[in-house]
Amino acid sequence: MDLVHNLAIGFATAAQPANLLYAFFGCLLGTLIGVLPGLGPLATIAMLLPITYALPPDAALIMLAGIYYGAQYGGSTTAIVVNLPGESSSVVTTIDGYQMAKQGRAGVALATAAIGSFFAGCVATLALAALAGPLTATALLFGPKEFFALMILGLILASVLSSGPFIEGIGMVVLGMLLSLVGTDLNSGSQRFAFGIPQLFDGLDFVPLAMGIFGFAEIVKNLEQDDKLSLVTQKITNLFPTRDDFRRMVPAMLRGTALGTLLGVLPGGGAVLSSFASYTLEKKLSRHPEQFGKGAIEGVAGPESANNAGAQTSFIPLLTLGVPSNVVMALMVGAMNIHNIHPGPEVMTKNPTLFWGLIVSMWVGNLMLLILNLPLVGLWVKLLTIPYRYLFPAIMVFCSIGVYSINSGTFEVYEAAMFCVFGYVLIKLQLPAAPLLLGLVLGPAIEENFRRAMVLSRGDVTVLLTSPLSASLLAAAAIAIILIMLPTIRARREEALQE
Amino acid sequence: MKGLAIRNHRAFASGALFLAFAIFFFVAALGYPAGTVARMGPGYFPRLLAIVLAAIGLVVILSAMKPAAERQLLRKWDFKGLAWVTGSVVLFAALLFPLGLVGALFVLIMVSSRASSEFTWTGALANAAVLIALCLAVFVYGLGLQLPVWPSLLN
Repeated sequence: MDLVHNLAIGFATAAQPANLLYAFFGCLLGTLIGVLPGLGPLATIAMLLPITYALPPDAALIMLAGIYYGAQYGGSTTAIVVNLPGESSSVVTTIDGYQMAKQGRAGVALATAAIGSFFAGCVATLALAALAGPLTATALLFGPKEFFALMILGLILASVLSSGPFIEGIGMVVLGMLLSLVGTDLNSGSQRFAFGIPQLFDGLDFVPLAMGIFGFAEIVKNLEQDDKLSLVTQKITNLFPTRDDFRRMVPAMLRGTALGTLLGVLPGGGAVLSSFASYTLEKKLSRHPEQFGKGAIEGVAGPESANNAGAQTSFIPLLTLGVPSNVVMALMVGAMNIHNIHPGPEVMTKNPTLFWGLIVSMWVGNLMLLILNLPLVGLWVKLLTIPYRYLFPAIMVFCSIGVYSINSGTFEVYEAAMFCVFGYVLIKLQLPAAPLLLGLVLGPAIEENFRRAMVLSRGDVTVLLTSPLSASLLAAAAIAIILIMLPTIRARREEALQE
Repeated sequence: MKGLAIRNHRAFASGALFLAFAIFFFVAALGYPAGTVARMGPGYFPRLLAIVLAAIGLVVILSAMKPAAERQLLRKWDFKGLAWVTGSVVLFAALLFPLGLVGALFVLIMVSSRASSEFTWTGALANAAVLIALCLAVFVYGLGLQLPVWPSLLN
């Protein structure tokens, strides 16, 4: 069995003491930032990227991945205990999870979330391992025009699924692509949009950009809101769900896992979308829809399984096709580039230990989280009593030092300050920043593949539509655009994406 | 001209932002050779993208002025918070080499803390002491980052 053999390679890598330690560190850190509102996995991964320069590539990626799925666990803890989603993917968990806590069933809700997440994590790891081979084989058949079409499809879907009007999402993608062209043009060697600034010759670094927009500008926004926390200060006892609880949560978990696994693979999908979709599904299917919002255990089990499954399967398009499906994955591209690994079908063939090690470490990490999370709930909740006025300067300090250490220079710090202002403008205009970052990351590859495709076809643009593979990918993109323009679907999308 | 009033101020400003960036990039890209479709120069793709972005900007602007557009005003801006936060980062960058990490972090923490409406001097000073100690331990001694720790005059 190929799969077993590959997983064995993965276990050998993931079980190395150093890698176990980094997985543990990533999970712990992920849970921590998941608990703290106003600090997401994105800013944390951006903050830690420079530090991973010093690590071997597999350890770096294992830790960063741990942060991402660890944050899904941490976010649900605060959602349940204090009605405050630490992560946007646990927003729906507040609805029923907090109600359960108010009924004295916080322990059961936490256990449900943890078991659901663990189960989903296991299934998603297997899905990742099983799908990796065939998808990579497909990707190896792709030429420049197919890759171009695939990336266009990915960006369109990502804009369709981002909040706000679709056209504005596309605008942000195109703006991100334009920003990605800053620096040296690889084909001609000439400088573009660098205006003689030597630090720009290598292009706009996305770490200062991400940090400015998702770190600093977020802080300004959070300071404006100024809401106070009300902690449910009750002892968390009785973790174990009853037999009746199990009867209700298991089907919800299975459905949530299936939904999350599917939606995670979609470009633009991932944890947030999966959890919302799962909640809607559970409410629709339930025989007691009136219990939703009043502490229905399905409303915790479904979304919590779905967000963890989605978080993990969103690695599939990145690792096999080289297309990041959401912003966190875009940052993973950056992390891989630091170590000279280019995400795409070659990762599996050229770096099998890294590839399978990462996949297996996700399962190991999920196991760690299950053990780590339940006993530490009290500690996490205590953390929430740290007032934001002490927390945000700490975030600023770590971000600033992180940005400085990219090149040991202050230019990137000034850059981050500039993008803080830009990010604040985006927040005020309600323009989504995620498509911007995806455009920034995919821009160079899109230009490169477009130019190569045109060289191969001698300038014949119609080749994009006559080759069956690229034509069907572009057709899928066109269908997505047409669907989103239909008034009924548009209304439902707005409803579904509303937070 | 009743039909041309700006109804959605938020969308109008967003469209104007797209248009401004599109014009900027298009004009700057005019300096690079475009080449042909089969042999694209460095200026081809940027111009193409700028034109797409300009078109998107125009559509957004026009839809903000449609009589059926949703009425939406710009949100209130908090320039003070933005200035404290951005200013503290700029100061950190400017002071890192002359003052060293300890001094620059102190300024960063004290200035950014002012952005909170619950600012107190004692709280901010205590926070600064804890964070500076933590950073020295983690980044300088733990990870060994190349950073000037003390003012350059002392070295």
